[in-house]
Amino acid sequence: MIIAVASGKGGTGKTTIATNLALSIPQAQYIDCDVEEPNGNLFLKAEIQQKEDVGVPLPHIDSALCTYCGICAKDCEFNALAVLKDRVMVFPELCHGCGVCSYVCPEKAISEGEKIIGVVERGVVPQEGEDLVFCQGVLNVGEPMSPPLIKKAKTYAEPTRTVIMDAPPGTSCPVIQTLNGADFCLLVTEPTPFGLNDLELAVGVVRQMKIPFGVIINRSDSGDQSVVEYCQRENIPLLMEIPLNRDLAFAYSKGIPYVTENSEAKDQFGQLLVAIHKELQV
Amino acid sequence: MIKELTIISGKGGTGKTTITAAFASLCENKIMTDCDVDAADLHLILQPEVLRQESFIGGRAPVMDKSICTECGTCQEVCRFNGIDLDPDKGYTINSFACDNCALCAFACPEEAISMVDSVNGNWFISKTPYGKMVHAKLGIAEDNSGKLVTLVRQQAKKLAEDEGLSLIVNDGPPGIGCPVTAAITGTSLVLVVTEPTLSGIHDMERVVDLCRHFQIPVQVCINKYSINLVNTQKIREYCAHLGIAIVGELPFEPLVNKALVARQNVIDFECGAVTRVVRKMWQEVEKQMMA
Ligand code: SF4
Ligand code: SF4
Ligand code: SF4
Ligand code: SF4
Repeated sequence: MIIAVASGKGGTGKTTIATNLALSIPQAQYIDCDVEEPNGNLFLKAEIQQKEDVGVPLPHIDSALCTYCGICAKDCEFNALAVLKDRVMVFPELCHGCGVCSYVCPEKAISEGEKIIGVVERGVVPQEGEDLVFCQGVLNVGEPMSPPLIKKAKTYAEPTRTVIMDAPPGTSCPVIQTLNGADFCLLVTEPTPFGLNDLELAVGVVRQMKIPFGVIINRSDSGDQSVVEYCQRENIPLLMEIPLNRDLAFAYSKGIPYVTENSEAKDQFGQLLVAIHKELQV
Repeated sequence: MIKELTIISGKGGTGKTTITAAFASLCENKIMTDCDVDAADLHLILQPEVLRQESFIGGRAPVMDKSICTECGTCQEVCRFNGIDLDPDKGYTINSFACDNCALCAFACPEEAISMVDSVNGNWFISKTPYGKMVHAKLGIAEDNSGKLVTLVRQQAKKLAEDEGLSLIVNDGPPGIGCPVTAAITGTSLVLVVTEPTLSGIHDMERVVDLCRHFQIPVQVCINKYSINLVNTQKIREYCAHLGIAIVGELPFEPLVNKALVARQNVIDFECGAVTRVVRKMWQEVEKQMMA
């Protein structure tokens, strides 16, 4: 089963929930899909065993064959090519590696090389009993295109495990790429007008993608009732409320997962999985 | 010349919008923008009244004409993004969540059953607020092209500033280091990075600072909630000192800030003690740097 942990926005405690949940349940795998800012390993401190560069195709123009007809540039949906009198320029930061240009070039002047955009790292987090399987994508700085890296990281999801995917913030392409194919989505929010605003956007996304979901309110005692009322009104299951907790905040700032020092919290996160299973049965 | 300040954080939830909203109240003759088009929330505090609304055509998307399709499967074969599903009942269909809108299927379909049509990916607005005009946007649900929309918002803000003879644009930037952030900072006069003294806060700050240096944009740093971890705050100070980056403000953790948010007010209008004082001083520093 794949459980994605998302929030309309960063900073709501999404990574805290995802890492603690992964540490609290048996047979788990954690995949950090927030490849622009992968933070999960600050807490999990996995032993990385494999690293694999991830590349996307990048067109290469053979100037001996090119007639500078301009067809490739016209047909590229992303304006990643410019054809000059004696040169075709490729803008790698705009290219999606879609293959249209090589397909349409009448002279077969375009071949494809590879551009490395980041790395997927895999390993384990040693645990009493069975180890937690770990995977994260890390996007190269200055590289704007994260979806191919997210897609690659997701290919390592092991079907026999409960996979916890830590999603990137926002509601656009990287989040959609992460959520596509998830069985359940946990939406983490805060009880403030900001939290509600972002939650409504995220709910719009998961509803449109037809993914079953539930809400977790973090720092539940620090704001107003608007999120709770919204969930009741919209018939959204409220699966967990985590009050503002000095110990947790301090453990977080030092990079210590909360559940490693608190067996009660571990039970609570275990219960969360039970609640998710229940949601999926109805 | 019009100066442009972009406020970013690398990570959401560090108080970036709190600071942007406070600046809105402190600076004069400016246009505000919300470049966080995925999850805009500056409007929650500035409460804009929309003067003009336009749709945002971010690109084109494939549409399949099932009456011509012969189910040959070519589109699925060529697509590199798993954008074509094969449904036992409906045959080949476009999966808009996976599709990258590249048009390869439209070129490859032997029956010309697929065509590319303009798609409205969201809206953008010019609004009136108690603190001056604001340009903002709303990306449609599950739409991409947020980088393009950010660029559009900044262009419109610039036009508006020129038309009204204003000298400053303040951008509330998006989180992360991806395409929307790149679109929000390129060519701006100054970037203010808001960070907090947590491990992830530091890590993300380092990444956005790297990004700004990559584009050679001047950077200043503000540490929010510095009092929650003094050891990490010291680390941020050392990191900034090492790179010669000025820390223009250190704000203590202050529960009143949350109260201000819940009341939908900025921390200048809603008295938040030391935070209010530091933010006022910080604006002076930022202004000095920008006008230098
Ligand atoms: S389509 Fe082919 S021949 Fe024409 S400009 Fe592009 S690379 Fe050159
Ligand atoms: S691969 Fe696609 S995005 Fe890249 S240059 Fe060719 S047509 Fe454009
Ligand atoms: S390539 Fe064209 S005809 Fe073939 S399955 Fe796709 S849409 Fe139908
Ligand atoms: S437009 Fe491109 S990504 Fe979308 S379905 Fe067609 S080939 Fe696939």
